[in-house]
Amino acid sequence: MNSYDLSALLIVILPILSFTVLGLFGNRFSNRTSGLIGCASLVTTAILALYVAAGYFFDFGLVNGEHVKHIALQFQWLKFTDSLSIDLGIVLDPISVMMLLVITIVSSMVHIYSLGYMKGEDYFERYYAYLSLFSFSMLGLVVAVNIFQMYIFWELVGVSSFLLIGFYFTKPSAIAAAKKAFIVTRFADLGFLIGILMLSYNTKSLDFFTIIDRLTQVGSPYLANFTATSFMGMSALSWALLLVFMGGAGKSAMFPLHIWLPDAMEGPTPVSALIHAATMVVAGVFLVARLFPVFAISAPDALLIIAYIGAFTALFAAVIACTQTDIKRVLAYSTISQIAYMMFALGVAGWGEGKMEGFTASMFHLFTHAFFKALLFLGAGAVIHAVHTNEMEGMGGLRKSLPITHFTFLIACLAIAGVPPFAGFFSKEAILSSALQTQPLIFYVGLFTSGLTAFYMFRLYFRIFWYNPVPEHSHNHETHTWAMNIPLIILGVGAAFAGLIPFGSFVSADGKALELPFHLTFSIAPVAVGLIGIGIAYLLYGKKNEIPDKIASAVSGFYQAAYHKFYIDEIYLFITKKVLFNLVGRPAAWFDRTVVNGLFINGSAETAVATSNAIKPMQSGRLQSYTMFFLGGVLLLAALLIIKFM
Amino acid sequence: MEQVPLSHILILSSTLFFLGVYGFFSRRNLITMLMSVELILNSVNINFIAFNKYLFPHQLEGIFFTMFIIVVAAAEVSISIAIIINLYRRFKTIDIEDTTTMKY
Repeated sequence: MNSYDLSALLIVILPILSFTVLGLFGNRFSNRTSGLIGCASLVTTAILALYVAAGYFFDFGLVNGEHVKHIALQFQWLKFTDSLSIDLGIVLDPISVMMLLVITIVSSMVHIYSLGYMKGEDYFERYYAYLSLFSFSMLGLVVAVNIFQMYIFWELVGVSSFLLIGFYFTKPSAIAAAKKAFIVTRFADLGFLIGILMLSYNTKSLDFFTIIDRLTQVGSPYLANFTATSFMGMSALSWALLLVFMGGAGKSAMFPLHIWLPDAMEGPTPVSALIHAATMVVAGVFLVARLFPVFAISAPDALLIIAYIGAFTALFAAVIACTQTDIKRVLAYSTISQIAYMMFALGVAGWGEGKMEGFTASMFHLFTHAFFKALLFLGAGAVIHAVHTNEMEGMGGLRKSLPITHFTFLIACLAIAGVPPFAGFFSKEAILSSALQTQPLIFYVGLFTSGLTAFYMFRLYFRIFWYNPVPEHSHNHETHTWAMNIPLIILGVGAAFAGLIPFGSFVSADGKALELPFHLTFSIAPVAVGLIGIGIAYLLYGKKNEIPDKIASAVSGFYQAAYHKFYIDEIYLFITKKVLFNLVGRPAAWFDRTVVNGLFINGSAETAVATSNAIKPMQSGRLQSYTMFFLGGVLLLAALLIIKFM
Repeated sequence: MEQVPLSHILILSSTLFFLGVYGFFSRRNLITMLMSVELILNSVNINFIAFNKYLFPHQLEGIFFTMFIIVVAAAEVSISIAIIINLYRRFKTIDIEDTTTMKY
């Protein structure tokens, strides 16, 4: 085990160590100590991740100019048959190393930021324990060697996000949001599990790379078997992969499983930055990327469905984001929209020379998005910390009182709007150009969405920092400590410059370096659309005026529908409460009460009581009646013996 | 010398046995019931001796069994008496009809 492997192991182990320490002994430490323990562990992992990434991308991972996968650790954990076993381990390949970087950096920033943001909150040490648990699960997920290992950590991620969303457990809305997030993602994970079972049944393996090998090689008997059966025009393999994608869609909040993410904003804001912007919600994208060769080579039809779901979700969420007034909800819908961008970028990609650009573009956007979206959430947290409300109504004109927040927030908005030379520009260009090559329809949807993105982000920006005149004697001073400002600045640097990384030479579907095409003529359209969006936002929200209300009332039907999130929640409630409850819940309850409880449980108890009452008088306490039975028995036996042997 | 036939001895022992059973069921006094049990045991002893003497005169198993039964019966009596004394201390009676508290 060389130093890189050891570091990779430590990256996964350190957070679970700090979780254990804080979880068991946290209440004996002062808040400051427990916060520092959490920060120290995560900052160390971030440094180790940088070390491993440098080693992987430039040294040991590079073989003949290609990035190959490297198994740092693997051991058998649970063995079913000779070929089928659940292994635990750590695999280093371009996407997992990239994810290690993103997760540890954002997580350590959030840990540091929380020192300031959560100061004085109750259960401070528990908060840090949960954050560490979450980081551990997420890191374990991305380095998984085995699809079942991924599933285990996938569920751990779900649990820790449940704990974090419901952190303010005295607020009923937070509890409801936590439950909703857990149930929706858990429901989606059912599909994931069935998909895993189908894949492992047909390939006789749970190992990621064995599955990929067996399902991509031409003439592989496993592949032939798997695709032989078909259902509704798609092969069994496509269905299995779509079921796996269902799990990913649940975590990544793809339509129609997106409903949990906006409500999850009930959690503390740094948690939203960590979980619902940079790490957990990209788990679905990561899952599709992990199985990308199978999708691209053997099931392009499933990949096409993913592309269309992604494109639709991107547009759908962007429209809703334009109408929301809670700043965190705007960011939540923006996240859904951006994750959907990554999803359809994967969907439009294919396998073969010149078609794999979408894969790299998707991972690139994942990388840059992590920086600017985490920054946006942390900035929104700083604003909320200062004005004590989530609603836009209480904001406006904050640019003087929150200068650092204002500046970094602006960088993030420019980055997400795709203005050059900020990070989002490069990744978004790559996505759009790969979409244009294969699916022009998706390209136009993506282009329009990108304009909407610029609009709603700058609506948010102007609404927070301009709109109202700067108050003369503001009491909203930037009282934030270094703990809150330093992460903003570091992430701001990332959001500004992360796009300049030649990402294609590090991460690609087959490990070979890939030059992301960059055409000046191509990028005119997206940038122009973005700038138009910003311009409209300035006209409408640069200063307080009547135009937005007029526009809203002019298209009031559509506006109301978008404001109410197109009534998706109501549809879900209707389906679950009215349809499922009446058709399934009530009969099941009746069956439970009368048959299971009435007939089986109470019935057997009553039978026992009746029998006992019937034979109880035999136990009379009279010696001579016992003897009578005894004598009767002896005589009977004697009679039997006599009959038998006479 | 004319021997007493075996059937006579068996009639004696069955008479004793059924006297004992009758006594056990009809008496209410625990001591009397204990005596009835002794009658039953002794009827068995007579059977053993008789069969040993008449069927296998050169062997001693029946006699040994009888010895054992006598010893065991002696032990049993001592325990029974102890139980009866305890019963008496508790209920101030040894009438079997009055000591029926040990039931369901």
